[in-house]
Amino acid sequence: MANTVNLTINGMSVQAEEGMTVLQAAQKAGVYIPTLCYHPDLSIEGVCRICVVEIKGQRLLCPSCAYPVAEGMDINTHSPKVREARRTIIELLLANHPDECLTCSNNQKCELQRLAKELGVQQVRFEGARRDVPIDTSNPSVIRNMDKCILCKRCVRVCHEMQSVGAIFANKRGWDTVIAPPFNKELSEMVCVFCGQCINRCPTGALKGNDPAAEVWEALSDPDKHVVVQTAPAVRAAIGEEFGMPAGSLVTGKMVAALKMMGFDKVFDTDFTADLTILEEGNELLHRLKTGGTLPIITSCSPGWINFIEHFYPEQLPHLSTCKSPQQMFGALAKTYYAEKMGIDPSKIVVVSIMPCTAKKYESERPEMRSSGYQDVDYVLTTREAAGMMKEAGIDLPNLEDGKFDLPLGMSTGAAVIFGNTGGVMEAALRTVYEVVTGKTLENVEIKAVRGMEGVREAEIDLDGTKVKAAVAHGLANARKILDLIKEGKADYAFVEVMCCPGGCIGGGGQPHPTSEEIRKKRAEAIYAEDSGMALRKSHENPAVLTLYKEFLGEPLSHKSHELLHTKYTAKTKKKAKA
Amino acid sequence: MLETTQCPNCKKTDVADIRDCVRQFGRDQGNLIPILHAVQKKYGYLTADATEEIADWLGIHASEVYGTATFYTLFSTKPLGKYVVRLCDSPPCHIEGSLSIQKAIEEDLGVGNGETTEDGLFTLEVVSCFGLCGVAPAIMVNDEVHGNLTPEMIPAILSKYRKEGN
Repeated sequence: MANTVNLTINGMSVQAEEGMTVLQAAQKAGVYIPTLCYHPDLSIEGVCRICVVEIKGQRLLCPSCAYPVAEGMDINTHSPKVREARRTIIELLLANHPDECLTCSNNQKCELQRLAKELGVQQVRFEGARRDVPIDTSNPSVIRNMDKCILCKRCVRVCHEMQSVGAIFANKRGWDTVIAPPFNKELSEMVCVFCGQCINRCPTGALKGNDPAAEVWEALSDPDKHVVVQTAPAVRAAIGEEFGMPAGSLVTGKMVAALKMMGFDKVFDTDFTADLTILEEGNELLHRLKTGGTLPIITSCSPGWINFIEHFYPEQLPHLSTCKSPQQMFGALAKTYYAEKMGIDPSKIVVVSIMPCTAKKYESERPEMRSSGYQDVDYVLTTREAAGMMKEAGIDLPNLEDGKFDLPLGMSTGAAVIFGNTGGVMEAALRTVYEVVTGKTLENVEIKAVRGMEGVREAEIDLDGTKVKAAVAHGLANARKILDLIKEGKADYAFVEVMCCPGGCIGGGGQPHPTSEEIRKKRAEAIYAEDSGMALRKSHENPAVLTLYKEFLGEPLSHKSHELLHTKYTAKTKKKAKA
Repeated sequence: MLETTQCPNCKKTDVADIRDCVRQFGRDQGNLIPILHAVQKKYGYLTADATEEIADWLGIHASEVYGTATFYTLFSTKPLGKYVVRLCDSPPCHIEGSLSIQKAIEEDLGVGNGETTEDGLFTLEVVSCFGLCGVAPAIMVNDEVHGNLTPEMIPAILSKYRKEGN
């Protein structure tokens, strides 16, 4: 227990712990201090000065995010001097900011906009220069418009600290400072994994996803097209936030109803192919265990993670499961199995995904993701973008009656929905592997040892005598720790789950803003609640998946499975920064 | 001090050579600036290969190496001329007429700030204070200082280097 420090905040006696910042002490005491460059997931930058406070005896205002508490400190968080300073900072930022709020993708979500309102900025006394940096639209996932950048460096910090990717940095100095990849390159030319965590941290509209809403609307209004949609597990636990619902609101049925109202011909569930992934990947694990194949086997659902290992640890690619992600399995089946079953020409089928993820956009455009003979998944909308379309269609999601997923590709189990959480794929796989290996029924399906928010978690699961050592990592900096252990020969895991984003997909780069561990925990709880409320909780009990094997695929790891559901990875050089 | 000895047309650099240049320093992130100096001294500028090499050696990202190098005006990430003409435009030099000096240099060389002459001989860079306020306005041509300048003095100064360089 840290020592207690006594302070006064706005005349109120407050206790804090030694080592806390003034901001943390204020938050603990329920006193709000506005922030901008500060983010609870990241290290302290202390550059924006919005969080300044007046501390008695100090000549200058102090940035509360970076200033440690001390015994007897007397703090005023909203004195006239403080309020004037904050207003001036916002005015100076606005003096260089494009006047595009009404058409900005971040309109009404922008933290700069919110602060301007909150701090009473009603005029800008200064006319500053405006930047004219070319917009980076080089890739399918992330669009960067540095004219709207306020240099808070949250994107840089999340890219380096949480993801250990380091695609961008602050280049040059002073007015010329620009957050960018080295050598004035575009993102597509760099080692960017397209996770979109930078978008989730950006306070303004400088970063956004590459939104295909216009193309999706066009497909929906084309009578010749049969447009099907799949929704990832994590979307149902977050999309409500876009409509003002609290974090952790589970809106599965409302989301389905909304998608039907938008005009999708069928509303299916990526959970169906998540169950299918478990059967393929679980059998792949068992096969490797039996035949002395490459261990540990590492999950391959997360496309940001795939980009990461292809670039940074290409020598470890044989560890990856060859399973495509559930999104891509869905696309391949929609244009083969489903097309055949329904007698629809696959060239007329349009597959739209709603994903918590921006890397899924890149994944859908990979050249190897065309095993149906067409691009398997046509358009990927993030949770935010899907909500935007619903709003455009006048849909009031929170007040809709629950709808039901269509069959057969909308049938799923609780094991599939937990794919949205870190540890979920592991837990789902273990539920199935246990029963396949032991031939016994798993009574308690909740494998709590692999749950939680610790960056790296280890567990040993007893498969009726055979002990399987497993590890789970989320966030790429944590993934790196496991890969380094494997590299050094210090890891004796059989099975490893890696998710690119913090908390797993529920913390994905396509999810609603804002994000924090607290919010991610609430979404994770919603996912677990969905699982525990389901009648079927083991992937191998999904009747639609069993029918799929019977009618079409044969058995797990069959020739047809390999053709449609498995993929190959490519080693990529990380030295892409050629001048 | 910095030297700029490489022809801007010659972009070829040997990776093993860069490696030797970088690895004479310890693998301490605090060595980033000394390494940047050494690389610039040897190659005239920071190449992309060198950026990667430094990043690998120090265990940081290439973006960080590049970002740090571009923070300092005395490091370059593109090939420079044989003679780098650095003109100070900090307040003392500015007040003493650095703009008219800049104009004279630009007219003589036919290039603007940050540009290199076609013959690869001169690069003009407008920079922050290099501590020669006592003789403002001042320029440095590589390591040589020229102070108390008037625009009329510029052609003679530059033609001296032009003769030397050819």
